[in-house]
Amino acid sequence: MNKRRLKEKLIEWLFFVNGMIAVLVLVGIFILLVRNAFPGFKEVSFWEFLTTSRWNPDAYDKETYGFLAMLASTGMTTIGSLLIAVPLGVGTAAYLSDVASHRVREIAKPLIEILAGIPSVVIGFLGIVLVGPVLAKLTGTYNGLNAINGSILLAVMALPTIVSLSEDALNSVPRSYEEASLALGANKWQTVIKVKIPAAASGIIAACMLGMGRAIGETMTVLMATGNAPDFPQNLLSSVKTMTATIAIELGETAYFSTHFYMLFTVGLVLFIITFFINLISDIIFHKHMKMLK
Amino acid sequence: MEYMKKTLFVLFLLLFSPIVCAEDINIKGSDTIVRLTQRLAEVYMKDHPQVKIAVSGGGSGVGIAAIINQTADIADASREMKAKELEGAARKNVSPKKVVIAADAIAIIVNERNPVRTLTTDELGAVFRGEITNWKKLGGLDMPVTLYGRQSTSGTYVFLRDLVVKADYSPRMAGLQGNAGIMEAVKADQSGIGFVGVAFIRKAEGVSPLMIAASKDHPYLSPLDKDVVESGAYPLTRPLIQYIDAHSRPEVHGFIAFELSSDGQKVIEEEGFFQIPLSWKTRLH
Repeated sequence: MNKRRLKEKLIEWLFFVNGMIAVLVLVGIFILLVRNAFPGFKEVSFWEFLTTSRWNPDAYDKETYGFLAMLASTGMTTIGSLLIAVPLGVGTAAYLSDVASHRVREIAKPLIEILAGIPSVVIGFLGIVLVGPVLAKLTGTYNGLNAINGSILLAVMALPTIVSLSEDALNSVPRSYEEASLALGANKWQTVIKVKIPAAASGIIAACMLGMGRAIGETMTVLMATGNAPDFPQNLLSSVKTMTATIAIELGETAYFSTHFYMLFTVGLVLFIITFFINLISDIIFHKHMKMLK
Repeated sequence: MEYMKKTLFVLFLLLFSPIVCAEDINIKGSDTIVRLTQRLAEVYMKDHPQVKIAVSGGGSGVGIAAIINQTADIADASREMKAKELEGAARKNVSPKKVVIAADAIAIIVNERNPVRTLTTDELGAVFRGEITNWKKLGGLDMPVTLYGRQSTSGTYVFLRDLVVKADYSPRMAGLQGNAGIMEAVKADQSGIGFVGVAFIRKAEGVSPLMIAASKDHPYLSPLDKDVVESGAYPLTRPLIQYIDAHSRPEVHGFIAFELSSDGQKVIEEEGFFQIPLSWKTRLH
């Protein structure tokens, strides 16, 4: 008996350590980012970083470290991708949970989830050889490597998250809601739009936020497909250079512990904070959703 | 089951063996030179099977950062080291030694459906500074000029900026990955203009190299013309450089000596670059 207790304790302790490792890694990354981000501000004013838009660490005469253009670029590609992925994703989820036959659902859902496993380089490549030329033709411009291209590709990448989690949320709506609605004379369309989706709203929002987190943090795809012009984006057809692309492109060339190196860590820190809050908010909303349904 | 385990174990070993056995010489840097260096390394390793050479790209800035951070033995560079980089090397007790291994011409390329075929260096500078934004001003069609450039890690980017643009590039210029990225973009875009190492356009289709003149009074010259490049008359001629640490091991010096030998220089010509012009030959030691 005693031996068994000991074994239980050991296993309990093992799981505790496993759990703590994830937390420690997170804290460690945060500390590393903060420590490497701060020295940059010895030479660059914090104000310049936050309020100017020209990021030019390799300038002909004077380096500038403005952050706004890449923030706007990241914002543009992300919001663009959500405008595409949210209606499409929620629509697909509603179809899968309420319209599709059992067989269609069993085939379609895993297929959509496989979409999440396609390497980002492959999607970026499609952006260059397929989406880019088609966009250039459709919009009558010459250059298809732009913000819309990035948005479309990011939408494709965020779609599996949004579909899969939204469908789970719709399925977790108690059956009685649907039955009550149908019994009151609503048709299927009305039931889905006016009862089920509102009831699952918090879960769907959480799904979309997670999809957004994926879009913001994605690097390779936007690096390949958006053209990486450092200018402040004029419109959706401008080439843009996102925060992730900037770090990926430039970190390799910088001498360690130079101002440029530190400023890239600052960008990384901002990115970390943004995705952290997005995940936090989606988590809070999701838990609310679970509680409400109970 | 036992058999399977053994097979898995062997597979595992095979998987990691390239990491386990150390590379003797590690070369990193310019995307313009990477194919050339790979070819040189292949030829060299055939005669010296005991030496292993690993070559990778990433841009001149990446290579130079790598010898400063001591993660590579040789840095391929299509530009000279900047003062800031020299300072960084001194701080890390690395004394970089510059070796010119070949000559290159930067080709300015446009889409083949673009009728413009000549530019002066002044016009070229204005185009890349973003001051000329329509091809009509250069005697072409009425369409916007779309700039395709490299990222700031590229030596070609820095060389052209310091020689011709003489200011920052237009912030509208796209920063693409590698010479091949620019080739693809200009091939797809009738209004595009970009810059690549001359070796990349020898077999290219869909793009045309521009003839460049040093000024209105000078002749327009092609980067494909061996004589004008080797004499230095083509305005965008540049040395291709390798940096090594002066204290590097004898194997590294052996490889460099091969590159400068007539055998090495023959490979350089086969790969589409130019032999070192007699006027700027530099020797090791």
